Amino acid sequence: MTKSIMIVGVGGQGSLLASTLLGKLLVTEGYDVKVSEVHGMSQRGGSVVTYVKYGEKVYSPIIEKGEADCIISFEKLEAARWVQYLKKDGVIITNTQQIDPMPVVIGALEYPTEILTELSEKVKVDALDALSLAEEAGSSRAVNIVLMGRLARQLDIPTDKWEDALRNVVKPQFIDINLKAFSLGYNYGE
Amino acid sequence: MKELLIGNAAVARGLYEAGCSIVSSYPGTPSTEITEFAAKYDEIYCEWAPNEKVAMEVAFGASVRGKRTCCCMKHVGLNVAADPLFTLSYTGVNGGLVICVADDPGMHSSQNEQDSRHYAKASKVPMLEPSDSKEALEFTKLAFELSEEFDTPVFIKMCTRVAHSQSIVETSERVLPEDKPYEKNPQKYIMVPANAKLRHPIVEERTRKLTSYAETADINREEYADSEFGIITTGTCYQYVKEVFADSVSVLKLGMINPMPVERIKSFAQKVQKVYIVEELDGIIETHVKSLGIDCVGKELFSEIGELSQLAVATAFGLDMPRFASVDTNVPARPPVMCAGCPHRGMYYTLAKNKITVLGDIGCYTLGAMPPLNALDTTLCMGASVSGLHGYNKAGGKETEGKTVCVIGDSTFMHSGITGLVNIAYNATNSTVIILDNSITGMTGHQQNPTTGYNIKGDPAAKVDLETLCRAVGIQSVRVVDPYNLSECDTVLKEELAKEEPSVIISRRPCVLLKSVKAKPALVVSKDDCKSCKMCMKLGCPAISMHNSKADIDATLCVGCAVCTQMCKFDAIK
Repeated sequence: MTKSIMIVGVGGQGSLLASTLLGKLLVTEGYDVKVSEVHGMSQRGGSVVTYVKYGEKVYSPIIEKGEADCIISFEKLEAARWVQYLKKDGVIITNTQQIDPMPVVIGALEYPTEILTELSEKVKVDALDALSLAEEAGSSRAVNIVLMGRLARQLDIPTDKWEDALRNVVKPQFIDINLKAFSLGYNYGE
Repeated sequence: MKELLIGNAAVARGLYEAGCSIVSSYPGTPSTEITEFAAKYDEIYCEWAPNEKVAMEVAFGASVRGKRTCCCMKHVGLNVAADPLFTLSYTGVNGGLVICVADDPGMHSSQNEQDSRHYAKASKVPMLEPSDSKEALEFTKLAFELSEEFDTPVFIKMCTRVAHSQSIVETSERVLPEDKPYEKNPQKYIMVPANAKLRHPIVEERTRKLTSYAETADINREEYADSEFGIITTGTCYQYVKEVFADSVSVLKLGMINPMPVERIKSFAQKVQKVYIVEELDGIIETHVKSLGIDCVGKELFSEIGELSQLAVATAFGLDMPRFASVDTNVPARPPVMCAGCPHRGMYYTLAKNKITVLGDIGCYTLGAMPPLNALDTTLCMGASVSGLHGYNKAGGKETEGKTVCVIGDSTFMHSGITGLVNIAYNATNSTVIILDNSITGMTGHQQNPTTGYNIKGDPAAKVDLETLCRAVGIQSVRVVDPYNLSECDTVLKEELAKEEPSVIISRRPCVLLKSVKAKPALVVSKDDCKSCKMCMKLGCPAISMHNSKADIDATLCVGCAVCTQMCKFDAIK
């Protein structure tokens, strides 16, 4: 059975490291894996999405509406934008951070601040302030790893395997911050 | 060894393993990473050429000298390289020559979604189309073998979903081919009419031989399940078909898309009651299959527009869709934007403020077309801003010359802007060309180019002096401005537009994302001084927003460019 995970956010937020970590981990675990994302700077500041699929045999690299077991959103508006891709019983893990898109910045549209409330009425939402947790871990740039820690709760892979994978993708001088960020995400709310 | 690689990295690995030693390319999404990854192998000489035509001709020369060689480009880049392509098909090769072309169905980062398979057919060059990274690596190696065996360049056709999806590949060692010294052969390499007339029949014979090859080659694969119906497909569409049907339907997967087999398709069609064709963009397989007198269904069910997916396949076959939730709230769009501190912004604001008609070009700066700047009037293709401006001003005369400009990036100018500028000087319009020189090829992710002074490896290289170049083609008035200085931009723009001669304004400031560019401290808005006039909002800077009707600057985004400071009449931004 193929599992489908989507990582969504705003171009420049650092989802690449998250998908790299996840991809390497899943290959090590012996799965067939496909990771598909938009490359280049053309998406900077725009809505970006990465598809991660794994299982015994993965065919299509992309995820379609109603197919994602889990969506990890780096920003709450993006969680709402991509919710249609979630499976009926899937879960959205979202950072509660708000980043105004350009139509909001220039005052053409309002940011729907109550979006998480509406989302929670429709699907299973696991919301956390990943930015604060990342800062607590030692760097605001560790938002991605906080969210990966949260994702670890949804997958059947022991946390020590995650930590090994983390050591493989993060530079040694940043490993402590990232291990802490992972743990803060994993243990949030306990 | 097993590795998770994006399709483009897998092609690069294939180049390495096949003993390819020279790669010349021009960057373009989604093809760029092939050359970037190839450049990581010390055994492969790689370069960024000024454009795709140059790149393909470099590959031609390297092949004639006997090396395995490759050039890479996006689909529209193949238009630029079409001139050498069609005759390269006639000359054939010495060392294997592979052309990687990456299509962009759905136009994630392109100005059109043309189907490169037409070029393979038109130029009579074989084309292989991988469906994942594993095949991208294998097909690249096979492409070199076919190139040398059949004396032809060979296409590897990628698309966004194969180029930018990671999947597992099996790597092996690099094997160097035998050296193939150059031997003088005018009838093969000098394409004057007398020789070309001799080569054309060889090309036609080659296509017949390649068709025979396609009849039995492993690269085309039949996966027979039952006789109910059969699907002929290729590339990423194969993955969508398998995602929906797994092994429950009969599939003929074409790994070689030009030339296509005849008997093999007939034999497959005879085994099934109905034939469907699943292919993205144009109905090229469908046309071929129908030309064999086989009844099939293709574009009636699958659009010529955009990408396909497993959902498109399932829908076409009337299968149940997964259910999903949605929100009722209107979710504001989040288009890509010019970065905070982008040096193009100051010049665009100046152009918008003066209500200038702007012919635009291809690059990050195309984002200047977006609100609130709305600064562009046209975008066609690489270099078209400069030549188009000349035509616009020839048509408009004095009425347009004083209030129209074109904008073109440094890399795009080197690619194909310079010829348009020669035309402006030679055929005389009082046109004003603005070169947005941010010292890098930005949109595709920071590639060096002939104006940056560095090569693909980051080593120092000869640097084109844009001012000298523009003067040399006959432009007397060449000015350089700092786009962070709004009053300077405004003054120089007005002066150059007023002149009775063609002119070039070089708007020069390095891309703010370059590592060599150090950000200044973030600016802060004094809430007491802010009068809520929203002048700073006219810049469309993602770091500035209005909170409680006062301007606010996001300190994590602001790089202290201070263009907004110049907009504020109340000195509220410091």
